[in-house]
Amino acid sequence: MNIFVLLKRTFDTEEKITIAKGAINEEGAEFIINPYDEYAVEEAIQLRDNHGGEVTVVTVGNEEAEKQLRTALAMGADKAVLINTEDDLESGDQFTTAKILAEYLKDKEADIILAGNVAIDSGSGQVGPRVADLLDIPYVTTITNLEISGETVTVVRDVEGDSETIETKLPVLVTAQQGLNEPRYPSLPGIMKAKKKPLEELELDDLDLDEDDVEAKTKVVEIFLPPTKEAGRVLEGELDAQVKELVNLLHKEAKVI
Amino acid sequence: MGKKVTVLGEVRDGALRNVSFEGVAAARKIAEDGEVVAVLLGSAVKDLAQEMIVAGADRAVVVEDEKLAGYTSDGYAQALLAVVEQENPEAILFGHTALGKDLSPKIASKLGCGLVSDAVNVEVEGGNVVFTRPIYSGKAFEKKIVTDGVIFATIRPNNIPPLEKDASRTGEVSEVSAEIKDLRTIVREVAKKATQGVDLSEAKVIVAGGRGVKSEEGFEPLQELANLLGGAVGASRGACDAEYCDYSLQIGQTGKVVTPDLYIACGISGAIQHLAGMSNSKVIVAINKDPEANIFKVADYGIVGDLFEVVPLLVEEFKSLLVKA
Ligand SMILES: Cc1cc2nc3c(=O)[nH]c(=O)nc-3n(C[C@H](O)[C@H](O)[C@H](O)COP(=O)(O)OP(=O)(O)OC[C@H]3O[C@@H](n4cnc5c(N)ncnc54)[C@H](O)[C@@H]3O)c2cc1C
Ligand SMILES: Cc1cc2nc3c(=O)[nH]c(=O)nc-3n(C[C@H](O)[C@H](O)[C@H](O)COP(=O)(O)OP(=O)(O)OC[C@H]3O[C@@H](n4cnc5c(N)ncnc54)[C@H](O)[C@@H]3O)c2cc1C
Repeated sequence: MNIFVLLKRTFDTEEKITIAKGAINEEGAEFIINPYDEYAVEEAIQLRDNHGGEVTVVTVGNEEAEKQLRTALAMGADKAVLINTEDDLESGDQFTTAKILAEYLKDKEADIILAGNVAIDSGSGQVGPRVADLLDIPYVTTITNLEISGETVTVVRDVEGDSETIETKLPVLVTAQQGLNEPRYPSLPGIMKAKKKPLEELELDDLDLDEDDVEAKTKVVEIFLPPTKEAGRVLEGELDAQVKELVNLLHKEAKVI
Repeated sequence: MGKKVTVLGEVRDGALRNVSFEGVAAARKIAEDGEVVAVLLGSAVKDLAQEMIVAGADRAVVVEDEKLAGYTSDGYAQALLAVVEQENPEAILFGHTALGKDLSPKIASKLGCGLVSDAVNVEVEGGNVVFTRPIYSGKAFEKKIVTDGVIFATIRPNNIPPLEKDASRTGEVSEVSAEIKDLRTIVREVAKKATQGVDLSEAKVIVAGGRGVKSEEGFEPLQELANLLGGAVGASRGACDAEYCDYSLQIGQTGKVVTPDLYIACGISGAIQHLAGMSNSKVIVAINKDPEANIFKVADYGIVGDLFEVVPLLVEEFKSLLVKA
C-alpha cells in the first residue's frame, strides 16, 4: 500500500504566547509535530505493518521542519519529503499549502493519505479536505477508527460526539481525531535508523509551480492577545459563606444569573 | 455598494441550529444594504425557510433531494455549488460545526477561493470584511481578510448575537434543482449519543465535570445544577476517558468548542486542550481542591474545595435566589 502522511510542524501551544513585531514570537519556542498528525503517522505505520507498502511523510515548510520529519521517521515512517518554500514564498495560507501538497501528490498514486483533523496553531482544519478535492478523491474527517479490506475502507467518524460509520473506497484521504490510536514514542534504534532514511527536499520549481499559482487568498492583518484577564478571584472563608458570595457575585457583579 | 451574501441554514434533527441565525446576523453585517440569501439543503427542509427569513434573511433558496437526507460531503457540495452557480454570491457563511468544518474546505477548493475558519467576530472596516478568529489553542487572536475571490468564512457558534426575530418579515422561497450523484462515501450507521436537552455548543450555562467527579454518579449533582440554571452538562477528556460520561459531552480541542455566559468547571485541572474549548466563555467559575490547578488561571471566580461539598451548596443557594427572583 502506498501511504502518505501530511505532517505539520507546529508551535507547542502549551508554551506561553507572546507577540513581537506584530507576529507570534517564535524565539526560543518549542516546536512539535502537530499532535493530530502524530495519530496520522501512527495509523500509517500500523497500516503498512498490516498491509505492506511504504509510508511517506510530507511537510510544506522550511528547513527547521526536518526535525519533526526525522521524528516521524524514527517512529517508523519510511521516507520523508520536505517541500521547502523558504526561498520562494513570503506568505501563504491554506489554499497555498493545499495546492503545493496536491501538486506533489498528484502523480504519486497514493492509496491512502492521512492528515490531522486540525493544526493546533492556526487551526483551520482545511488542508486535508482541500488536498482531497484537488486530487479528486473522497475524504472523511475526524476519524476514530479505520479498517481497510481490499478496496473497501470502513471508518468511524466523530461528529460532535456521535459516531458515524462510513464506507468508501481507496484511494481516500482521512483526517485523524484523538482516539484513533496511541502514537508510539520513537525508540532508540528507531532514532538511529531514522538518520539513514531518505529525506528528500523539494522546491516549488521541482513541482512546476510558480509563486502566482499558490498566492494566498487571505491575509492576516493583525495578531493580538486577548485582553489580560484580571486575576480571578479565589474566594476565602467558610465554604458556606464562599458559596453565598459566589452566587451573589454571579448575580450582581457578573450578572450572568 | 451592498453585497449578496448566502448563509447556510444547518438543519439537525429536523430543526435549524442556532448558529444558522447567528450566520444570518453576520451575513447582514457583511451585506450592508445588499441581500442575504439563506440556503437550506436536505430532504424536507422547505418549511424551515421562513424561520431564516424571520431571523433576518431576505429570501431563501432550497435544494431538496432524498439523497440529501443525511450529510455527505459529495452530496452537499453538489447541492451547494448548484446554488452558488445560480446566485453568484460575493460572500458565503457556514457555521463552524462538524458539518461546516467538513464541507467548507471542499467548497472553497472547488471555488478556488480562500476560507476564514472559525470566526468569532466580523466587522466591515474601510470596505474590508474583517474576521477575528482564535489561534494557538485560543491563546491569541488574528484578524483576517480575504484578498481574492469570494469571501468565505465559517463562524463559531454562540459568538455573534442573532438579530431580533421579526415574525412579520416575508421573503421569497425558491427551489434550485441539483443533480446529486456519484456519492463516494456512504453513511452506514449513525450512533447518536444520549445528549438530551440543551445543545452544548449553544448552551448559555455549562456545568462541566472532570476526572475529579470520580464516577458516573458523581455527575448527578452537576446535572442538577445545570437543570436548575437551564444549562447543560459538559466534561473534560479526563472524565470521558474514565467513562464517567459520554464523549459527546467532551469540551476542548478534540471535543466541542463552547462560549456560554457561565462556565462552571468542577474537578477539571485546566489542560490547554480543555481551555481551547472554553476559555472564551464570558464568566468562568472553577471549583477544584487543588489551589495550584491551572484552571484557576482562566477563572473569574474560584473556590478551592471539594466539589461534592460545593456543588450541592451551590444548588441550594441558587434555589433560594431563584425563589426570591
Ligand atoms: C509560504 C508560507 C507562508 C506562510 N506564512 C504564514 C504566516 O505568516 N502566518 C500564518 O499564520 N501562517 C502562515 N502560513 C501557514 C498557513 O497559513 C497555514 O498555517 C497552513 O496552510 C496550514 O493551515 P492550518 O494551520 O490551518 O492547518 P489545518 O488545515 O488545520 O491542518 C490540518 C492538517 O493538514 C495538514 N497540514 C497542514 N499544514 C501542513 C503543512 N504545512 N505541511 C504538511 N501538512 C500540513 C496536517 O496533516 C494538519 O494536521 C504560511 C504558509 C506558507 C506555505
Ligand atoms: C491531542 C490531545 C487532545 C486533547 N483534547 C482534549 C479535549 O478536547 N478536552 C479535554 O478536556 N482534554 C483534552 N486532552 C486531554 C488533556 O490534556 C487532559 O489530559 C484532560 O483535559 C484532563 O482532564 P481532567 O482535567 O478532568 O483530569 P485531571 O487533569 O486528572 O484533573 C482532575 C482535577 O480534579 C481535581 N479534583 C479531584 N478531586 C476533586 C474533588 N473532590 N473536588 C474538586 N476537585 C477535585 C484535581 O485537583 C485535578 O485538578 C487532549 C490531549 C491531547 C494530547
